[in-house]
Amino acid sequence: MSDNAESPAELQKEEPQPAPEDSTTNDQKKKIDLLLKAVGDTPIMKQKKWAVERGRTVQSLSQFISRFLKLDAGEQLFIYVNQSFAPSPDQDVGVLFDCFGSDGKLVLHYCKSQAWG
Amino acid sequence: MADDKDVLRDVWFGRIPTCFTLNQDEVTEREAEPYYLLLPRVSYLTLVTDKVKKHFLKVMKADDVEEMWFEYEGTPLKWHYPIGVLFDFHASNTVLPWSITVHFKNFPDRDLLHCPSSSVVEAHFMSCIKEADALKHKGQVINDMQKKDHKQLWMGLQNDKFDQFWAMNRKLMECSTEEGGFRYIPFRIYQTMIERPFIQKLFRPVSPEGTVHSLGDLLKEVYPAALPSDGKQKHFQVVIHGIEPLLETPLQWLSEHLSHPDNFLHICITPVPSD
Repeated sequence: MSDNAESPAELQKEEPQPAPEDSTTNDQKKKIDLLLKAVGDTPIMKQKKWAVERGRTVQSLSQFISRFLKLDAGEQLFIYVNQSFAPSPDQDVGVLFDCFGSDGKLVLHYCKSQAWG
Repeated sequence: MADDKDVLRDVWFGRIPTCFTLNQDEVTEREAEPYYLLLPRVSYLTLVTDKVKKHFLKVMKADDVEEMWFEYEGTPLKWHYPIGVLFDFHASNTVLPWSITVHFKNFPDRDLLHCPSSSVVEAHFMSCIKEADALKHKGQVINDMQKKDHKQLWMGLQNDKFDQFWAMNRKLMECSTEEGGFRYIPFRIYQTMIERPFIQKLFRPVSPEGTVHSLGDLLKEVYPAALPSDGKQKHFQVVIHGIEPLLETPLQWLSEHLSHPDNFLHICITPVPSD
């Protein structure tokens, strides 16, 4: 357990809500559907599909995953799009969804070590 | 097309005369003189300011020094945007030299990414190239390159070697003549109206009917507020590398010739100065 994990109550407020089953894809929607996949020996998340605010940054998403997986403060987490590039931490997930989403969702891979280039 | 090749050179060798001044609140042992430098437009602040750092460290105690960062008129400057973009977006109507304030304390974590070493710049730069190639060629060109080819792109930028960089980068700029361009144009639009870092969407260089898309077509689609309305006064400047290209310019040509080394076409939209 890491010492800096936030209280459960605080986490819940901040964490992305599970995607509703009937979620429809729509450009104007405030939230986008995200599919999170672990790479290598990085722990998996039981819930893979999340609905996330378009304006959420890659950095805040990465912090959320780190907390969710209870990674130590010193452990890094890398996030990849298309299994090829690491988006800049201040990039919006909404932009990534618009450019690299398919079938109404954006697939992101996460990894504790550098997986691709 | 000899002329077009000159454009690549002109873009690469674009420089901004800059005056670095130490933030007044920094503790110094004696007065810090300003430091002047010609900044390459296509590079990154943290990659070309070793001399600036050395200069100011001479008058400071090691204890008073934390990570260096830069500010222009109250705005922290993001090192991970190309220097030319920072200038065009924040300071295009300023008097030269561009006056940048240097800080060694109170790093603004909310606004800036940390940059402990040039390898962080390299990782960022290569990620941008990969992202751009994912848009242009589904990533096929960059993935077909070897590690040493990637290194050549980076070393070309880091050491300001135009020929070294372009010997490899021209492969990333190739497209099949029958398609008439890339799959999508990698572009980023910086503007002040919407509170987002930048606008980036999918946009093809050619319409389904085969019409060539221009810079104006792109703006009409993704940011119409930037375009002048008929008969009205122009409110915004559309700036790439410090110039205002004609809105009729084909987007594919702009992407091939006016993209930054990260392979993105960075477009700044700024208000027309009111004086």
